[in-house]
Amino acid sequence: MSVYQNNEINEEETSRTLSLVVDNQPGTLARVIGLFSGRGYNIESLTVTEIDNRRHLSRISLVTRGTSMTIEQIKSQLLRIVPVHLVRDLTLEGPFIKSELALIKLVADGANRVEALRIAETFRARTLDVTLGSFVFELTGRPNKIDAFIGLMKSLGDIEISRTGVSAISRGDKTETKVLEQIKLT
Amino acid sequence: MGKDNKMSGAEAVITALVENGVEVIFGYPGGAVLPLYDALFKNKKIKHVLVRHEQAAVHAAEGYARSTGKVGCVLVTSGPGATNAITGLTDALMDSVPIVCLSGQVPTHLIGTDAFQEADTTGISRPCTKHNYLVKNADLLCATVHESFEIASSGRPGPVLIDLPKDIQLTNIQYIKKPTKINKSFATVLPQIDIQVISQVADLLINSKKPIIYAGGGVVNAGLEASNLLTELVNLLEAPVTLTLMGLGAVSNKNKNFLGMLGMHGTYEANLAMHNCDVMLNVGARFDDRVTGRLNAFAPKSKKIHIDIDKSSINKVVHVDFGIVGDCKEVLSLLIKEIKKSDNIKSMQSKSSWWDQINNWRAKNSLGFIQGATTIKPQQAIKSLYEKTIDKDTYVTTEVGQHQMWAAQYFGFSAPKHWMTSGGLGTMGYGLPSSVGVQIAHPKSLVIDISGEASFLMNMQELSTIVQYNLPIKIFILNNQWMGMVRQWQELNHGSRYSQSYTSSLPDFIMLAKSFGIKGLRVDDVSSLDATIDEMISTNGPVIADIRVEKEENCFPMIPSGAAHNEMILSSDDKGADTSESGLALV
Repeated sequence: MSVYQNNEINEEETSRTLSLVVDNQPGTLARVIGLFSGRGYNIESLTVTEIDNRRHLSRISLVTRGTSMTIEQIKSQLLRIVPVHLVRDLTLEGPFIKSELALIKLVADGANRVEALRIAETFRARTLDVTLGSFVFELTGRPNKIDAFIGLMKSLGDIEISRTGVSAISRGDKTETKVLEQIKLT
Repeated sequence: MGKDNKMSGAEAVITALVENGVEVIFGYPGGAVLPLYDALFKNKKIKHVLVRHEQAAVHAAEGYARSTGKVGCVLVTSGPGATNAITGLTDALMDSVPIVCLSGQVPTHLIGTDAFQEADTTGISRPCTKHNYLVKNADLLCATVHESFEIASSGRPGPVLIDLPKDIQLTNIQYIKKPTKINKSFATVLPQIDIQVISQVADLLINSKKPIIYAGGGVVNAGLEASNLLTELVNLLEAPVTLTLMGLGAVSNKNKNFLGMLGMHGTYEANLAMHNCDVMLNVGARFDDRVTGRLNAFAPKSKKIHIDIDKSSINKVVHVDFGIVGDCKEVLSLLIKEIKKSDNIKSMQSKSSWWDQINNWRAKNSLGFIQGATTIKPQQAIKSLYEKTIDKDTYVTTEVGQHQMWAAQYFGFSAPKHWMTSGGLGTMGYGLPSSVGVQIAHPKSLVIDISGEASFLMNMQELSTIVQYNLPIKIFILNNQWMGMVRQWQELNHGSRYSQSYTSSLPDFIMLAKSFGIKGLRVDDVSSLDATIDEMISTNGPVIADIRVEKEENCFPMIPSGAAHNEMILSSDDKGADTSESGLALV
């Protein structure tokens, strides 16, 4: 408990997807993550990569959980970080796409190998590596699709998982170009 | 500087400081900042104040910044220099004080090798600065310094640290002047103030029968004009006004509508008015836990309006009906204009019954105390100090604890920026170094550090700084030989088991003063209190005044932890509210 008894109305926590544009500088990600750990917020998923190599901007896609009061607080706190230029709440803004890439290694033999390939085909997973005793599948899509795939693979043998975390973008013709153009070239 | 306008990185940094208006820098040299010290030696425009510990350098810069409104500047070396500064930086972050701190770093090729006096300074200081930099490219030095001053002073002010590897300080570069246009990508961009909201808020205030204005440090930070506007609004609405610890002086203590400080050790009338109000206007305060008490019983029947420059302060702990993000100077000016519209003025509610109620609370005289025949009551000591200095241009700093609360309760402030205290972080040892910065900024003014003997011991090495610069600071120690506030909580919450709160082995403060070649005074009888204060004030140089006060006096009134505004206790005999079990867990 950080402060005196919370007077928040008992509202349920929901999952929110935030999309941030930040300077690709040392320390920026540490500040974002430090904010979550320091103030006791959750991070369910986080991905970062540079999206503009002239302005050196990175996108952080972040999934967090909280009541609306907590989420508003998270967004305001994120905006206080100097190299954070843009904080968008995709969940609140409207329809958006969430996608993730997963690499799944399965060690299996006999009939289970046949079954694994059949499931992979159904999920449109790509087979990236094959040995006589194993496969590596690559799968993209919504996190719950990947969860389902992993669940099935688990029952077929020993598995190893590597997931990127969620990358997200809003649907429709709206872009951030105008906002980003105001950021000076470094 | 060579013919081609090139200079060393260190020289460029110092030149950039001058360009950003720095006149004084508080610091302590060391291996990793030798080039910067060399550049300072050659530069005649910046006065360097040599402190005796890096924590004190930051507190001194805070005192300088808070009493002037300028950015305070600090220079420390790598490793221990930087880690010692961390408490000061955290203090500045919590209390929104604009600071630029330059720290030395080992040369770039040694970073990460556990070199001598290497520390991950940007890593350590990240959560306790508004922003920080590690400059690895000398060509970015000038821009970084210029940016850091913008960041420190814009929006909600705060500390910025620049970590400067030694090889970068020695690299020759071209000096780049500060651009005239501020780049929006790092300056705080405030949203347009919604006129519709202003008119709704004005409406609420006009129709309120029981309003209260509760203001804090944001008003002080927004400058004198903001204080004047707040006073105008208070007078216009005939509304009661209460101030937080950080806000004292934002409205004059002589204003008839001023109810005193609110919160844990606030006045009865201020807290009861908060509890019973129908409309609360918060200007530049942040609903700190010292102020609100138990949140689920905080001003339960009120509509709440919050003006703050920091959006994250709004709806952080208390849900408000109207949140306005903006500089309080601008918001107040719009609000006053709206209220002044003739239709509005005409329909203003009478507050006479509200004031009757408030005056009944005032009649409780919650700050009353009984001064006996001999032993000095700490309250009396502050009261006498205030009365003796009321006509002077007095600046007060404090440490943290009982003496701090008594100073807030019994010393009156008629103007902003005259009261420097560690509010958010509650740093014992803040007052003495802070007074150094204040006195440097206001050499002709009376600067008093109201201290406790335990806090004083935390940064007493700064006596040496005070003597070196001949700063006529008056150190007014309320000496009760206890860590008074700890002792008080142990008495109230822990069955009087005084675990480690006795300040044993105290120095003889007169002898201590003497050893530094300054005046020491002592008083333990109330009949000599006034004479001692007179002597302290009339002394030209620095003074340590050892005021021996009642040892086990408690600071009242008090909202016990976990209690609400209307559950205050006024004295030790007042068994109004026992600390609840959940309250015991709170700090």
